[in-house]
Amino acid sequence: MSEITPEIVAEHGINEEEYALVLEIMGREPNLLELGIFSVMWSEHCSYKSSKKWLKTLPTEGPQVIMGPGENAGVIDIGDGNAAIFKMESHNHPSFIEPYQGAATGVGGILRDVFTMGARPIANVNALRFGEPDHPKTRHLVSGVVAGVGGYGNCVGVPTVAGEVEFDPSYNGNILVNAMTVGLAKADRIFTAQASGVGNPVVYVGSKTGRDGIHGATMASAEFDDASDEKRPTVQVGDPFTEKLLIEACLELMQTDAIVAIQDMGAAGLTSSSFEMASSGDMGVELNLDQVPQREEGMTPYEMMLSESQERMLIILKPGKEDLARSIMEKWDLDFAVIGTLTDSKRMVLKFHGDTVGDLPIKPLAHHSPEYDRPWVSTPDSKDVLASDINEATDTTDALKTLISSANMSSRRWVWEQYDHMVMGDTIQRPGGDAGVVRVHGTNRALAVTSDCTPRYCKANPVRGGAQAVAETYRNITAVGATPLAITDNMNFGNPERPEIMGQFVGCIEGMRDACLALDYPVVSGNVSLYNETNGKGILPTPVIGGVGLLKDSTKTATVAFESEGESLVLIGSSIGHVGMSIYLDVIEGRREGNAPIVDLAAERKNGDFVRSQIEGGFVKSCHDLSDGGLAAAVADMAIASNMGAEVIKPAEVETPTTAWLFGEDQGRYLISIGDAESLLEAAEEAGVSAVVVGRTGGNDLTLPGGSTISVAELRTCNEAWMPNYMAG
Amino acid sequence: MKAAVIVFPGSNCDRDIQVALRQSMGSEPQMVWHKDADFDDVDLICLPGGFSYGDYLRCGAMSAKSPVMKEVVARANKGVPVLGICNGFQILTECGLVPGALMRNSNLKFVCRDLHLKVERNDTVFTKQYQAGQNIRIPVAHHDGNYFVDSEGLKALEDNGQVAFRYSAKDGSVSEASNPNGSLNNIAGVYNTKGNVLGMMPHPERLCEDVLGGTDGRPMFDSLVAALS
Repeated sequence: MSEITPEIVAEHGINEEEYALVLEIMGREPNLLELGIFSVMWSEHCSYKSSKKWLKTLPTEGPQVIMGPGENAGVIDIGDGNAAIFKMESHNHPSFIEPYQGAATGVGGILRDVFTMGARPIANVNALRFGEPDHPKTRHLVSGVVAGVGGYGNCVGVPTVAGEVEFDPSYNGNILVNAMTVGLAKADRIFTAQASGVGNPVVYVGSKTGRDGIHGATMASAEFDDASDEKRPTVQVGDPFTEKLLIEACLELMQTDAIVAIQDMGAAGLTSSSFEMASSGDMGVELNLDQVPQREEGMTPYEMMLSESQERMLIILKPGKEDLARSIMEKWDLDFAVIGTLTDSKRMVLKFHGDTVGDLPIKPLAHHSPEYDRPWVSTPDSKDVLASDINEATDTTDALKTLISSANMSSRRWVWEQYDHMVMGDTIQRPGGDAGVVRVHGTNRALAVTSDCTPRYCKANPVRGGAQAVAETYRNITAVGATPLAITDNMNFGNPERPEIMGQFVGCIEGMRDACLALDYPVVSGNVSLYNETNGKGILPTPVIGGVGLLKDSTKTATVAFESEGESLVLIGSSIGHVGMSIYLDVIEGRREGNAPIVDLAAERKNGDFVRSQIEGGFVKSCHDLSDGGLAAAVADMAIASNMGAEVIKPAEVETPTTAWLFGEDQGRYLISIGDAESLLEAAEEAGVSAVVVGRTGGNDLTLPGGSTISVAELRTCNEAWMPNYMAG
Repeated sequence: MKAAVIVFPGSNCDRDIQVALRQSMGSEPQMVWHKDADFDDVDLICLPGGFSYGDYLRCGAMSAKSPVMKEVVARANKGVPVLGICNGFQILTECGLVPGALMRNSNLKFVCRDLHLKVERNDTVFTKQYQAGQNIRIPVAHHDGNYFVDSEGLKALEDNGQVAFRYSAKDGSVSEASNPNGSLNNIAGVYNTKGNVLGMMPHPERLCEDVLGGTDGRPMFDSLVAALS
């Protein structure tokens, strides 16, 4: 009688076609353990089967790239023999089911992806998206996720320096928790997962294995329905204290020459780590599961191979280095066990109580996972809303007040004050500005990090939205004076089996590709999260981009705060007053209509290079990129940050209606304040960059054209009140 | 001056104190692993911030039982200056070197931001380079910084001048509005009766360089170097 019924196959998320491939690869019927291994290895989460075809089209190379996608994280050269290692990863489904642990283990997982390559984590970033504020679950989810991100990051002692929080009804049943870590390593001491050396010991370190998180990767690859709360037992539980010990222990072990290869046990735990290591080295491996440190009694091979218990690493050691490695792990009170050896069989052989309980070929399983060319349809063009199609605001200042007091424009201070953003003593720019800036310890260099995406643009026009997300990170990094080097992407979409969703994915990738090429800003790592749907309703397409840039001289940076009274405000970049899909249209007129703004990538680059050169030259007193809410929102941010007023004056030659000029979301723009505007305007003209004086700093009030005057103190109150008031509600 | 920084499993501000000490001392402090009770004679012992033993059981409770702490207590009782910051303060209360306890913040949330502190005294080895009554800006980053001591203990602290710092407003005033965590009498740091042990929740080591946003923490380390060299 067959052990494997069609029902069991279906429960493992394997369809009929895929099962036929399983039978072909195995040459026989798999047992339950083997089927479980296929299931997690071929889950969307681990195999990228729907997205691979399109991800391959993204540019991944450049002189700054040391290692691109395919490793645990991307590696870029930041000079002086140092490398930055970074990646962003989603933990969406677990965070919806159990927000604290889901978010916490999301942070833990991405930290491991980075330190497994030999890097000390130096900055965390997180991009969070929740349902509408009035949804009954939202407050609980915000509270739990923020506490979870903080609870983990604060304890391990890595500063959380940047991020985003957005609310939208499309995330009501499917929140997004995207966590990014940036680490610092020596460029010539990068560790990979490539196993080699027949007979080398396979070593397990870290926490013990329990029954938590079994089939987490499979859960992350399915849609939600009303019964999803029943999946709570599949959410892992994090222990940041053990993670901190694991970081220190691994980095200490990496100082020796004991390691051949190292891989964290992330999604699909022991299965994916052992398969990936053996596969990338074209080796075989034999594991004795009796040796796996276990937290619970009576665990089966199936449970051990599929557990997603946290804070575990798999290491291939050089022969004879077991005692050295064991002594370091024991110093840090971590479990250490030799659980297997490398072989030349190119097969995974699993032993338990003396029997062979699983025997699978490695390459076909790891590399020949199904790859789909899913049908897709382009997102139809949206009819745009023109500057002349909106009502002029009766008082632009009132409109600004409403905007900056709204759910999506209000200050996130309530969030980032729950994150330790200063630990490690190198945070030069804290959250609240355009990008977080952390010094490269012991040097005068610094890294700028940010994450961005504007999902409503991506919905209206995936190609423009994809390009805009990349461009906005480029701009945020530029606005602090840094040179953008590379990105990581976290592609959050609905069900790829629906052609319109797949079309959103394809469109966003196209836009991202264009932007990466135009800006010499390659993708070095990433993660795909599909099936973000509940009861058949997909989220807004959300390709979150994490950008990293370099400041060669950390003293030559700009912040969003004006320095002194009487500085000229200069608007860099052209404004046509694009109001389609703008925050203004949404919040003030209650219309989410129109097209996404055009992203002129040549202008984006030219303007960025110009602004950066002005900051490097020491001319710029403050700088802010223009995004949601346009010029008016940017000047309000700057006034609040500096506790100083400003007057915005619309130049006589500008024909755009005032409301669209103030609140339009044209791309490629910056607002800077500067002492000597004349020289700047001349330099801009020479560089072919649009620059125009739009006001000056000073006083305690903000004045807008077409608007009344408001004190900076009141602006701050409006901006900072929403989040704490909402959370207290 | 010779200084030691005790490193517990889960400490995460050990390097930050090391950097601040190095800057003021011009030489390297000794980093002492918690299992090493037999460390050199030093003029100053620092207990860093972090989450030693993951804050399991109670913040600082397990570290207080660590082999090295017996030695730290013995040396403190002989008069060696001991500075405990954040988790270090929690450890000091758990091992009884300073009175009181640190409870969960009154709003139950972790808080990380710059705050103002009123320097109560400037006649200790820790504060000579501040002015008495000076208002300084120093960050906090904690979940359990709500200082509590029973009413007799509080009276004794106040009567003996054992309060080191109080949470204040930018203008120097001390009130409930400037209290970030519910601490009794806005207490941010306390001395032992002899004044050679200081426990404080705020992190002076985080603001010792202009590029990090301020230098109000630096006089503490300069005071120690001047007093103990």
